[in-house]
Amino acid sequence: MPKLTIDGVEIEVAPGTSVLQACEQLGIEVPRFCYHERLSVPANCRMCLVEVERMPKPAASCALPVGEGMVVKTNTPNVHKARKGVMEFLLINHPLDCPICDQGGECDLQDQAVSYGYDRGRFEENKRTVSDKYMGPLIKTYMTRCIQCTRCIRFVDEIAGVPALGGLARGEHLEITPALEAGVNSEMSGNLVDVCPVGALTSKPYSFNARPWELRKTESIDVMDAVGSNIRIDARGGEVLRVLPRLNEDVNEEWISDKTRYAIDGLKRQRLDRPYVRGADGKLKPATWAEAFAAIKAKVDGVAGSKIAGVAGDLVDVESTVALKDLLNALGSQNLDCRQDGASFDASNRAGYIFNTGIAGIENADVVLLIGTNPRWEAPLVNSRIRKTYLTGKLKKVAVIGQNIDLTYPTEWLGNSGSVLTDLANGTHAFAETLRNAKNPLIILGAGALRRGDGPAVQAAARKLAEAVGAVREDWNGFNVLHLAAGRVGALDAGFLPGAGGRDLGGILSGAQKGEIEVVYLLGADEIEGDRFGKAFVIYQGHHGDRGAHRADVILPGAAYTEKNATYVNTEGRVQQARLATFPLGEAREDWKVLRALSAELGQTLPYDTLGQLRQRMVALNPVFGALDRLVPAAWGPFGTEGAVADAHFTSPVENFYMTDPISRASQTMADCTEAFLKPALAAAAAE
Amino acid sequence: MALLDRTARGLFLWELVKGMALTFSYMFKPRVTLNYPYERGPTSPRFRGEHALRRYPNGEERCIACKLCEAICPALAITIEAEPREDGSRRTTRYDIDMTKCIYCGLCQEACPVDAIVEGPNLEFATETREELYYNKDKLLANGDRWEAQIAANLAADAPYR
Repeated sequence: MPKLTIDGVEIEVAPGTSVLQACEQLGIEVPRFCYHERLSVPANCRMCLVEVERMPKPAASCALPVGEGMVVKTNTPNVHKARKGVMEFLLINHPLDCPICDQGGECDLQDQAVSYGYDRGRFEENKRTVSDKYMGPLIKTYMTRCIQCTRCIRFVDEIAGVPALGGLARGEHLEITPALEAGVNSEMSGNLVDVCPVGALTSKPYSFNARPWELRKTESIDVMDAVGSNIRIDARGGEVLRVLPRLNEDVNEEWISDKTRYAIDGLKRQRLDRPYVRGADGKLKPATWAEAFAAIKAKVDGVAGSKIAGVAGDLVDVESTVALKDLLNALGSQNLDCRQDGASFDASNRAGYIFNTGIAGIENADVVLLIGTNPRWEAPLVNSRIRKTYLTGKLKKVAVIGQNIDLTYPTEWLGNSGSVLTDLANGTHAFAETLRNAKNPLIILGAGALRRGDGPAVQAAARKLAEAVGAVREDWNGFNVLHLAAGRVGALDAGFLPGAGGRDLGGILSGAQKGEIEVVYLLGADEIEGDRFGKAFVIYQGHHGDRGAHRADVILPGAAYTEKNATYVNTEGRVQQARLATFPLGEAREDWKVLRALSAELGQTLPYDTLGQLRQRMVALNPVFGALDRLVPAAWGPFGTEGAVADAHFTSPVENFYMTDPISRASQTMADCTEAFLKPALAAAAAE
Repeated sequence: MALLDRTARGLFLWELVKGMALTFSYMFKPRVTLNYPYERGPTSPRFRGEHALRRYPNGEERCIACKLCEAICPALAITIEAEPREDGSRRTTRYDIDMTKCIYCGLCQEACPVDAIVEGPNLEFATETREELYYNKDKLLANGDRWEAQIAANLAADAPYR
């Protein structure tokens, strides 16, 4: 452990630490543009110069490894002068257009120019201009502002794994250029906006909309996928203007996917802002809450509990699922299911349906097996974690059962039929040996593998495989299920599943067709075709006029994820709380309040009046909900049903990354992305 | 003696004569009152009156929606909304000043990087209703068009001292 002195303070750091990192450990701020903690170090901006004793010139601290006995000075007139010189050179070609630049107010160059800039320029010659590049519908470019730090190039190369950007020419003429002007086709491209230290890359949908100082910032949780990324919601008035990532090393590091970042304009379209009741003429008519509740009461009163069913959707929070479960149970119904995609699996053991290793745990894996999943589209941050581990060299091999697609790291395709999994579980497949020899084998079972009908058998085969290859040990649990929906694990934990003698989703739908189910309560469930409910009376509670609302006989407007204080459980089983950033639209109310009011109307008043009481009830139902923001390891035990795994192909259920839920389907930006990135790929595939 | 003196002054209305002498002396001095509104006194080029949004000589509005005036306004009288215009440039879609909130401190024109929002020389904009004092972008641009000559002259006159 080398010991060095920085500004007179002695510090001992790990070998290989750079001087800049050592300074940071001491809380000494060193200005930088090109250096980024999660990217490689090119040392080309020269802003982080420091003085080191016995070195003839100031040294770039980001690229200087610490040495024993080094004496570093960061605050001498010489250092200040050097940095001022660097800043002056950077500003030579940087336009003075801060007032029209979207980065203004949160710009690294602007901030550091306050400390190191001169108050006027000495440069009399013409400034450089650079033509703007097309980077797709998400990123707006203004390349004259570029200071050539190359953070964006390194980001797409290293984190996103899509080598879409590069530098052309050298020196002053260096230009950042997307390959073939085709845009940055990555599901992580939005992070370029955060990575860029100046206003060269800014957010297109947010352009010229607002200034950072006008925004109300709320720390919350994302629901666009099951990763549960930590986000900051920036809102002005009643409008959510943008979403930024929040640092959480265990979940999303400091990245978020494009859907998380850009689908928020879907919160302004297709919204349900008042109750509706379907009239005698078959048309939905605006109604008051009292009328909507009366219509429900008129229908539900006198219907036997066994003829009532409830389905929870993808974006539901734990609070409302628990409230609906309690309400339906009180009405005598056990017909509950939260797996609206029709997945069937054994949810009796928590270890059987969560991502046991944890997302951060991926970094310890050396062999990964992906079964029926496309993590690149289903959970981009899980995929980037796998890529990160691959880049460190720790991850030796990734094998795929399912579609053979580019996951941004080399994979070995084992085939896509169910028999491969059977062979692996029986130990007859060649790859089983590789898994067995691995120190920390990791198996990721995708949502697509569980929704084939033989889910319990697939689950059991994967469990058998995990146990056979030593993926489940005292210190390591390599059995993982990667869910798609943010509400799924929470609903499973809450037990929103068929009770004793209850019907599952298939039973509910066939019952509805036959008339055995007369009332279906859809809590934000939008993935089921409307005609599959037969003649049943459908109550839809949700925030978007999507498939569920089209079929509904009564619509109760609920709150979207930015509009309520709610609990979500991510695919790891991590319980996190989202916070209210804006109020629900129009007459819409927080979902659990709607259910509480309805329960009183139906004469089955739920025993909680406040969010606190409801959360107590949640913890009583499952103590897991009390452990906020941390992983509670699930006890290993038998789950799944031994049986034959069908030979059918494993496929990922996500056909369009940009449109997977009611919010992203309503989003104009996501439609633009589909047009820009998916249509050309589909056309190319069709042409082949 | 004092009694005689006081009596004589009282008898000859001396105080009155003195007062009237002062009054009549003003008849021969220059007038200090103005026949407002037909006459008015000089105003400084820095006079902070009614707001106006200026245009460039080619008719393009100056304001670029940087929102610095909105940020600096101590009375929170300015409201701006912006989005990209059809040609891609940054413009306001809404620029409102609540003149009933404004305290005429002039910070908005100090903050403006393009001399778009200015406080012009006009001080006669009293209205009969409050609503008329909620200025929108059209009103402010119209003000700018009407007062441009004087505003430009004032800015030029003040420029050497900035």
